[in-house]
Amino acid sequence: MTQQFYVSPEQLMKDRADFARKGIARGRSVIVVSCEDGIALVAENPSPSLHKIGEIYDKIAFAAVGKYNEFESLRQAGVRYADVRGYSYDRDDVTARGLASVYAQSLGAVFTAEQKPFEVELAVAEVGASQDRDHLYRLTFDGSIADEHGFIVMGGQADKVSGAVEAGWQRDLSFAAAIRLAVKGLVTDKESPELPAKALEVAVLDRGSESGRGTRRAFRRLSDVDVMELLAEEN
Amino acid sequence: MQETTANKVAANATSSFTEHLQRDRPELLPYIRPFEFGPSAGQPPQVPHATTIVAMTYAGGVVMAGDRRATMGNIIASRHIEKVFPADQYSVLGIAGTAGIAIDLTRLFQVELEHYEKIEGTLLSLDGKANRLGAMIRGNLPMALQGLAVVPLFAGFDTAAGVGRLFSYDVTGGRYEEQEHHAVGSGAMFARGALKKLWRPNLMEDEAVSVAVESLYDAADDDSATGGPDPVRQLWPVVYTVNRAGARRVAERELAAVAGTIIESRAAARREA
Repeated sequence: MTQQFYVSPEQLMKDRADFARKGIARGRSVIVVSCEDGIALVAENPSPSLHKIGEIYDKIAFAAVGKYNEFESLRQAGVRYADVRGYSYDRDDVTARGLASVYAQSLGAVFTAEQKPFEVELAVAEVGASQDRDHLYRLTFDGSIADEHGFIVMGGQADKVSGAVEAGWQRDLSFAAAIRLAVKGLVTDKESPELPAKALEVAVLDRGSESGRGTRRAFRRLSDVDVMELLAEEN
Repeated sequence: MQETTANKVAANATSSFTEHLQRDRPELLPYIRPFEFGPSAGQPPQVPHATTIVAMTYAGGVVMAGDRRATMGNIIASRHIEKVFPADQYSVLGIAGTAGIAIDLTRLFQVELEHYEKIEGTLLSLDGKANRLGAMIRGNLPMALQGLAVVPLFAGFDTAAGVGRLFSYDVTGGRYEEQEHHAVGSGAMFARGALKKLWRPNLMEDEAVSVAVESLYDAADDDSATGGPDPVRQLWPVVYTVNRAGARRVAERELAAVAGTIIESRAAARREA
């Protein structure tokens, strides 16, 4: 019979947390910025089809860093949760807060009960009618949930990137300025100060989607051409 | 065969909202509810019925229109009901039959298409959408046999082929692609007659809208369950056009003008029909 060694719960949790943190730091950063026009989501992602940013519902978007299979299953679960809720109640009853709390519970359950914790960090963003009513939630691998203001930086060398974004963030940025700011943040830990549009994944939650585009669905993915134009634009 | 984890994951992976509901929340589906305490067989309960829908192709797209009446036996249940809905960016759906079930089915279909788009990151093909709708109508077959049938008309712009297409259904979910134009509902017979005389190939969009409204006018003339344009309450049919740019609801103002012209020309002709 093999001998079971005693491991203190503190040690166990710390080991798991270190394991998850390492996995998350390995990737590249994702940045979510609330601004005047809505919420901009920017990720460094060379793949045009394996997304790190996704649409969950009319006003809600999702961004993630870490292991693709793990956050993709969480994204799909989020879309199902939101669609079931919107279908059984009303579209207005789907909120980022509800979704974030479901995510927090599932991440927490996986962290304590499963063989290994999810190596992911998530952001759930909801665009409101005005900037004060925007919601940004950050969810970490252990199920912690934080209500953030202004912007979220996750993954990679988040501290460095976060410093650069914080220095430039203002309430009244346009989408173009917010995306430029995020790109400026992404290149802080690189040698070259440029990131080609092809290496970026950019999406926005448009505050004026009803009046501007005639649709409740605020989420819009920007093509490489759109991104290139926005990056080239002068302040 | 041994159930492997990979098999389980693959079996659970679905992009269909309806399948997800069937598996996890079957009570939310508009059909497959036990219907034990209804009235005796052969006597469908008195519930609002939605009536006439017409659709036709024109140069560069399709147009669909529905009148605003729902009836319950000989009673007008609603003068304001809307029976044509956008299904997604490139397709629209009109419903005839039991209004309650039809409206829920429409909602389910809209979520189904949006759900697929969000999970897969791409739109379903027009044929794919038409097939999904057929499967949903088939799901309602037990209710249809109890007298609570739903018959939709589906139209969309096929972005791959670059043309507008029409699909009709029967209660068993049979899907039939229609050419040129089609109508469903109690006034369909009269609307079809009008369409055969009014429709011609390569109509312009505004002409097609006018033909749709006029065919509903003719349906309302002979079918008591179809409502005509109502200048007193300022109620006009609901009309959607779908083309390469997407689905668009025709504005009330335009419809008022179109309906006004038709009423005037009919009045000026001073004829029986």
